[in-house]
Amino acid sequence: MTVETKLALTEQDVRSFSEKINEAAWMTDFRANAFAKLEQLPMPKPDKTRIDRWNFTEFPTHTVESATFSSLEELPEEARSLFNEEKEYNVYVQHNNTPAFTSISEDLKAKGVIVTDIFTAAREHEELVKRYYMTDGVKVDEHKLTALNAAYMNGGVFVYVPKNVVVEEPIQALFLHDDENASFFNHSIIVAEANSEVTYIENYMSTVEEAKGQANIISEAITGDNAQLTFGSVDLLAKGLTGFVSRRGVTLGRDSHINWALGLMNDSDTIYENYTDLMGDGSESHFKSVVVGRGKQRQNFTTKIVSHGQNTNGMILKHGVVNDESTAIFNGIGSILQGATGSNAEQESRMLILNDRARADANPILLIREDEVTAGHAATVGRVDPLELFYLMSRGISKQEAERLIIRGFLQPVVSVLKAEGMKKLLAEVIERKLR
Amino acid sequence: MATLEIKGLHVEIEGKEILKGVDLTINTNEIHAIMGPNGTGKSTLAQAIMGHPRYEVTAGTVMLDGEDVLEMEVDERAQAGLFLAMQYPSEVAGVTNADFLRSAINARREEGDEVPLMSFIRELDAKMETLEMHEDMATRYLNEGFSGGEKKRNEILQLMMLKPKFAVLDEIDSGLDIDALRIVSKGVNEMRGEGFGCLIITHYQRLLNYITPDHVHVMAGGKVVKSGGPELAQKLEEEGYDWVYEELGIEQTEEQNA
Repeated sequence: MTVETKLALTEQDVRSFSEKINEAAWMTDFRANAFAKLEQLPMPKPDKTRIDRWNFTEFPTHTVESATFSSLEELPEEARSLFNEEKEYNVYVQHNNTPAFTSISEDLKAKGVIVTDIFTAAREHEELVKRYYMTDGVKVDEHKLTALNAAYMNGGVFVYVPKNVVVEEPIQALFLHDDENASFFNHSIIVAEANSEVTYIENYMSTVEEAKGQANIISEAITGDNAQLTFGSVDLLAKGLTGFVSRRGVTLGRDSHINWALGLMNDSDTIYENYTDLMGDGSESHFKSVVVGRGKQRQNFTTKIVSHGQNTNGMILKHGVVNDESTAIFNGIGSILQGATGSNAEQESRMLILNDRARADANPILLIREDEVTAGHAATVGRVDPLELFYLMSRGISKQEAERLIIRGFLQPVVSVLKAEGMKKLLAEVIERKLR
Repeated sequence: MATLEIKGLHVEIEGKEILKGVDLTINTNEIHAIMGPNGTGKSTLAQAIMGHPRYEVTAGTVMLDGEDVLEMEVDERAQAGLFLAMQYPSEVAGVTNADFLRSAINARREEGDEVPLMSFIRELDAKMETLEMHEDMATRYLNEGFSGGEKKRNEILQLMMLKPKFAVLDEIDSGLDIDALRIVSKGVNEMRGEGFGCLIITHYQRLLNYITPDHVHVMAGGKVVKSGGPELAQKLEEEGYDWVYEELGIEQTEEQNA
């Protein structure tokens, strides 16, 4: 059965948008194709969260026009602190829906590294973008929300690291949200070719307290033989948005690594899908995320690593804290397909409940279709350990401060793997703020 | 001089009475040892003084210089000058030893008067050297993955950094080899002096060869049943506890033999 979706925007509206921004013809066709499928597709079904009453389709307006920036100094203070202006930086900034600032080093440009908005990329690097845009990673017809993203796409960044190029400093993308009427239908692509190495960090940062509309965000990361990609994020989207965030990794090449370090600190209700397909033999993914829920926020985090290739290794580590009346569901799926001999799927979910009215659930699943493999999972959901509290308090630390130390320590595994200092600091600050 | 005075202390765990009227007075500049076999309530006494959440005081008082300790929250007891070196200290992931210690020290100081980082590090380094601790112990997470001996040294490190008026050392010697015992004792002996009183809980006289107590007490059946000087510990080591029980006409229960 399909439920009729009332769309805020018609195909004709989107076509006018495409014309206005002088979009690459193939992308306009791509949207039309997604539109054609949209109606028939079902909604995703995140385990243990009912989303049939969530509103994923309505929003005040498709795009807002926002100012561009001529330097990082024009950014709001909180956003500026993300970047180390002393050092060389590689930065892309999108201001609501407007590509607003790009700066990458001459050295990287000379080596063929591309960092640009998705529209420019679709025009100027058509073959490359076409090759990776919803091909190996997220599929248009996965469900209604992926098709919706393809049809309404209104932003995102394209990052391309050619083979044998090692990018020393992280490439950082900031998606600054300071207009309460703005919605994101972002689609970002990060490609690390054979033998390359790069850290990509994206930040979704709201500076408005409350907003209306959608945050339908897809980021796809694809790696070649022996490539190393670290994908970091700190998400800080405002209450009132409806979030669907899909981050997808595909290790196409042999011995290639995609490691995730995600600070998922939205105040909006959000459905997270984070899947990694380990295609190449010997490829690996280490996934680490931290979550803090507060208020009446409801969130669902589905993390899946699928071993296709032989001797692949997938490790999932998720830590979450729920406060107030918030709900967080951790679904973890370690999957080893037939033929993926010698592979390993491990996962660990730890959740701390700070309040009687908060709810947390960890739901580990192993799907194993091959004999010669190893797999394991561990999950705990509980309160702050009273004996740990007693221990810290017995040294004179107040109960409040002791709890803060324990919770901060609990979230440390992910904070510590973020490579950019600014990000680390921001994440630590946000954690403090959200737990106050 | 400060005084810690325990009077008629009764303590239960989950409805079962363990302490049945403990009386004990400790002054600063004194080191007391409590000896006795397992199950006589020695550790219960230690935990009850500090305010462990599972131990319920049903009668009696604990006063520190006239202040009612039992009315205080756990952190207030520490602020008032009490310290418990625990037999099984918790492991706290993600919190480094140094951060934890600095928080504990700053908790004793006014806001805006936090301990300067450099002087903190200097002091920490010096104390860790005394205790022959590897320097990476400062940056490791609190007790996480520490061996039994490392945990005990870490308790003494905290003692030396926090400088309480009164410390209770709960079986700080159990599971330690002779070398570690010597080092831990060195730490405690450094604390010895005018402003410091100590209650050592132990099974073994061995520790008391390194830290000479001024007073020795024997616990049995949830009470202090005999007190004396250092020679009492020696006699217990040589002759065991039976003579004490006989002298006092105490029936040995299963529990005391456990």
